[in-house]
Amino acid sequence: MDNIIKIENLIFEYKREEDNEIVKAVNDISIDIERGSFVAIIGKNGSGKSTLAKNLNALLLPSGGAVYVNGNNTSDETKTWDIRQSAGMVFQNPDNQLVSSIVEDDVAFGPENLGIEPTEIRQRVDMSLNAVNMYEQRKKAPHLLSGGQKQRIAIAGVVAMKPQCIILDEPTAMLDPHGRNEVMEIIHKLNSEGITILLITHFMDEAAQADRVIIMENGKSILDGTPLEVFRHVEEIKKIGLDVPMAVELAYRLRKRGVIIPDDIISEEDLIEYVFNRSKEFNSYI
Amino acid sequence: MIRDITLGQYYPGSSIIHKLDPRTKIISTFIFIITLFLVKDFLGYLIATIALGTTIIISRVPLKFILKGLKPIFLIIIFTFTINMFMTKGTPLISLGFLTISKEGLYTAVFMGVRLVLLIIGSSLLTLTTKPINLTDGIEKLLRPLRKIGVPAHELAMMMTIALRFIPTLLEETDKIMKAQMARGADFESGNIIKRAKALIPLLVPLFISAFRIAQDLAMAMEARCYKGGDDRTRMNEMKLQGKDVAAFLLMIVFVAIILLQRIYF
Repeated sequence: MDNIIKIENLIFEYKREEDNEIVKAVNDISIDIERGSFVAIIGKNGSGKSTLAKNLNALLLPSGGAVYVNGNNTSDETKTWDIRQSAGMVFQNPDNQLVSSIVEDDVAFGPENLGIEPTEIRQRVDMSLNAVNMYEQRKKAPHLLSGGQKQRIAIAGVVAMKPQCIILDEPTAMLDPHGRNEVMEIIHKLNSEGITILLITHFMDEAAQADRVIIMENGKSILDGTPLEVFRHVEEIKKIGLDVPMAVELAYRLRKRGVIIPDDIISEEDLIEYVFNRSKEFNSYI
Repeated sequence: MIRDITLGQYYPGSSIIHKLDPRTKIISTFIFIITLFLVKDFLGYLIATIALGTTIIISRVPLKFILKGLKPIFLIIIFTFTINMFMTKGTPLISLGFLTISKEGLYTAVFMGVRLVLLIIGSSLLTLTTKPINLTDGIEKLLRPLRKIGVPAHELAMMMTIALRFIPTLLEETDKIMKAQMARGADFESGNIIKRAKALIPLLVPLFISAFRIAQDLAMAMEARCYKGGDDRTRMNEMKLQGKDVAAFLLMIVFVAIILLQRIYF
């Protein structure tokens, strides 16, 4: 299996400011991310998911264990820029990650830092803006765009660096439902083009769209598998204070009331289809 | 309302002046300003005014916008004018008690006034026809040779770019904090100057904290996008001097020559 990211017994410690105590934000995690996959990481605030993300492109360096991106150890300083180019990162706040006051200049920022030829940068910028459906807005000022549009520009800025993997740290947390859908659509599109996606989120419905879901709690990964496998553990997930997707929740409650309902329901579509088929069956009995 | 602010005083247009390389415009403006100090009489100013006027007409920036640039320094012009008028000694023209307006005084006052007005209009034409972001790029390129003696050209330009980008963001932030404080009974509008300045403290403290937070976020995002300073960095829009820039420089040389000839021979 070809893994783009290998995390081996990663530990990240920092000194808490209030009491100078050493806290393990990430406590012994080992995960391999397969090339081309779409992985969602969920967890509450303070579960260590953002710290984990920043360890994946050398913004933070491990206190223990190691992280490999494309076979390069993130602790190897000579590889830092290779790693950041191949594992791009999109942050939560769309306002605080755009550098230039013109959209296309901002998208060009990454390739410019890589020292790419001007004509090639131009091509990449146009390609990236088209990929996120923002080509029309290329001359605008970012502060005049909506949150969802700004976040798409941030994604374009990463895409222009031709990464193999994009890490998105709660990219939809500050967006309205419309903006959230726009961003999720782009994420799916990029994934279908072969880019590995690592989505950190606290929206269960977003996580349910991934190939693989990892649930983090207190710096550890407690559940890891396909959405189907993970969301089967409804009680366990609820115990740590997280929700499950709406359809899973509904199926779970129906099951508790004695309604026979299969446990492979993740999305609303699954549930509607099941109920619809059952009612057809039921009608044919009469 | 706060979202509509335009930065600087750029007047959008597509005239040949707008399209000139920012470096050409910066250098030409400097030459123009220096030349103004070589002028010794009103005939020279007439030549300079004609040259500036023609440039304004070509740039198609409405006169209203150009005169607006004079407003903030109107007081300075009046002040210089008055001081020159009363303080220059010479043949008395009018006497108002202890104040005397001399013939020479009036001449110098008008002379200095015209120089100031031409100076301001000349430099505001630069900012009216050049986007702040292009101006920044131009300054970076012009300062680049000075890097050898330790002038941080790239860093200065990057700081200006970021400042331009974040002015609207910080204004929005100010608006937000102001509304939040007003909702809790803060009063920013009444009282004397000292009272009003004091009322700004609960606005400025959160604003500063917020600015530092934004700076931290941005630094992280820039690093994640492989920012490592100005070395080995390329630009998408490489600035190239074109035919029209060469023509502009030639015209500038002609202009300086005419001014010099006028100074010496007429």
